[in-house]
Amino acid sequence: MNTFSFSVIATTVGLAVLAFAHWLGLDYFYFAGYTILQFIVLATAWNILGGYCGYVNFGSAAFFAMGAYSSVFMHKFYPLPVPVLVVIGAVVTGIVGFGMGYLTLRLRGAFFAIATLAMAVVLQTLVINWEYVGGSRGAYIIRPERLEFAGITINYIEYLFVLMLILTVIALATARAIERSQLGFGFATIRDDELAAEACGVPTLRLKLIATTLSGAFMGMAGAPFPYYIGYLQPQSAFGLEYAVNSIAMPMIGGTTSWVGPLIGAILLGSAQQYATVTISSAVNLLIVGLMLVAFVIIAPNGLIGLVQERLRRRQP
Amino acid sequence: MRCVAAVMPVETRMDISADLLINAIVAGLLLGGFYAAVTAGVSISFGMLDIVNIAHPAFIILGSYIAYFFNINYGVDPIIVSIMALPAFYALGAAVYQVYYQSFEKRGQESLRGLAFFFGLLFVTEVSLILVFGVDYRYVEAAYIGPSIHIGLIDMPLRMLVPCLVALAIFGALELFVTRTFIGRAIMAVSQDQLALQLMAADPIRIKRIAFGVSIATASMAGALLIIIQPVEPSVGREYIGRVFAICVLGGLGSMPGTLIAALLLGVVESLTSTFYGPSWAPAVAFGLLLLTLAFRPAGLLGR
Repeated sequence: MNTFSFSVIATTVGLAVLAFAHWLGLDYFYFAGYTILQFIVLATAWNILGGYCGYVNFGSAAFFAMGAYSSVFMHKFYPLPVPVLVVIGAVVTGIVGFGMGYLTLRLRGAFFAIATLAMAVVLQTLVINWEYVGGSRGAYIIRPERLEFAGITINYIEYLFVLMLILTVIALATARAIERSQLGFGFATIRDDELAAEACGVPTLRLKLIATTLSGAFMGMAGAPFPYYIGYLQPQSAFGLEYAVNSIAMPMIGGTTSWVGPLIGAILLGSAQQYATVTISSAVNLLIVGLMLVAFVIIAPNGLIGLVQERLRRRQP
Repeated sequence: MRCVAAVMPVETRMDISADLLINAIVAGLLLGGFYAAVTAGVSISFGMLDIVNIAHPAFIILGSYIAYFFNINYGVDPIIVSIMALPAFYALGAAVYQVYYQSFEKRGQESLRGLAFFFGLLFVTEVSLILVFGVDYRYVEAAYIGPSIHIGLIDMPLRMLVPCLVALAIFGALELFVTRTFIGRAIMAVSQDQLALQLMAADPIRIKRIAFGVSIATASMAGALLIIIQPVEPSVGREYIGRVFAICVLGGLGSMPGTLIAALLLGVVESLTSTFYGPSWAPAVAFGLLLLTLAFRPAGLLGR
C-alpha cells in the first residue's frame, strides 16, 4: 500500500470517527477525543526520533509548550486563524529542534537526552519571566463559542477536534511514509549501530537532524491549538511532566518500531487516563502511567506489538 | 571559563555595592559546596559507570522526605537521619542496578529503554511522594537553621554553612574511597576497561553494583542537606537534573576534583544571577552552562 492510499484510508477512518462523534452529539466526546488525538500526534512525533533513530527526547513537554506559547504570542500580537498558528508553531519548534540537535547530536546519545531535559526547565524559566505571554500568571484566550465557516455554523470545540484529526492523519501518514523510505532505513541503521552506519557512508548527523526537526515540528503542531482548547494557559500546565512521560510511555507500550505502536499506545493509555481522571484522581492515573512505562520496558521491550508478533511467530511451526 | 566571562559586565557595573557582590560570591561558594555533594552520586554513576541515572534527583528528594518525616515526628536531626538511612539507600541502589543490569545492560538496550526506565522511576517516585505528602512545601527544624555568623562584611547563614561543610566532608570521603581503597580503585578500573578487570578475576557486575549503591547512598545525605537549605516539594528534583548533569559534564565525566570546581563555579554564577537579575532566572544558568560545555568542550574542564 503506498502512502497515498494509506492517507485515503486514514482520512476515511477519521471521517468515520467524526461522523460517529457528530451522531453522538456530546461535547464531552470532543473534549476527550481531542486529548487522545493530541497524544497520538505527540507519541508519533516522539517515535520518529526515539523509535526510528533510537535517540530519547525527554523534552516533549517543552516542544509542546513552545507550540502552545507561539500561539499565545501570535494571539496577542496579530490574531490569525488556528490552522495558520499550527504552521507557525511547527516552524518555531522545528527550528528549535534543529538547533538542539545541532549542538548536542554530535556527541553520545545520552547527552542529547540530558540536554532535552534541561531545555524544558530553561524554556519554562524563559516563559515565566516573559510578561508578554502572561508570565507565571498565565494567559487567557477567549475562544468563540461558535464559528461561521462557509455559511455553516459549527461548534468551536468540534472545529478544534476536526483540526486535530487532520493533524493526526498527517502525522501518521508521514511516520508511515518515513518507515518505508530510504530515510527510514537510514534511521534504522543509526538505531542499530551508529558507528557501523557512519563507516558505511550513511550521513548520520544529517539524518539525525532531519529526525529532530520533524519530530520537534510535529510536537509544536500538537501544541499550537492547545491554548484555544484549554482557554487558560499557564507555564505549569503547558510544561507539565505528564506530556513528557506520556509521549515516551505511549510508543514504549505500543511498540516503537512501527507507526502502529504509538497509535495503539496513545489510544489505550489516553482513554484509560480519561477514564481514570474522571473516576479516580489525576495523580493516581499519572502513577499508573509511570508504573506501566517501567513495567513495559522491563517485561515487554518491544511493546504490545512485540508481544503480538511473538505470539504469531510461536504459532507458526 | 566562558561562563565567568558572561557575568563580567555585572561586576564592572559601578553602582553595585562591594559588600553585595562579596556576599553573593560567598553565598555562591556555600551553595556550590552543597551542589558538589548533590553531584557526587551522578559523578560516580554517569561519570564512571556510564549509567545515565536521570532519576538521581528523585532519590535525593526521597532522602529529603525521609529526613523530614523523622525530624517532624521524632525530632531527630536531619543529618543524623540521613546517615542512618545510608544502608537502606545503598541497598536500594544495588537493587536498582541489578534490575537495570538484568533488563537492559546485559541485552545492550541501555541507550533507549534504560533511559526510559530511569525516567519512569523519576516519575513514579515524584508522583508517589505527591500522593503521600501532597504538594505543599515541607521544611525541617534544627538548632542551626536560623542564626548566622558575621565576619566583617560577610554574612554566613548557618543553614548554608553547615550543609556546605557536611557536603565537603562527604565529597572528601568519596574522593578518598575512590582513590585509596581496593573497591574504589576497582570502580575506576571498571570505568576504564571492564574486560581487563574481568581478566584480573574481579567481577565487574559486582563492582558496578557496589558503586551504584554508593552513588544512591550519597542521595540520602544530599537530600537531608537540601531540605536544610530550602523547603522541598516533590517536583523540586527536576530543577536539579539540569544542575547535576551540567556540573558533571563541565567537571569532566568522572573526575572528582573537576566536579568540585564545576560545582563551586555553578554555585557562584547562579548566586550572582539571582542577586543581580532575580532568583527566577537562576534555573536557566545551569542549562546555559551545560549547552555551552557540550557545544564547545564536551570533555569538560578536567576531562580525560
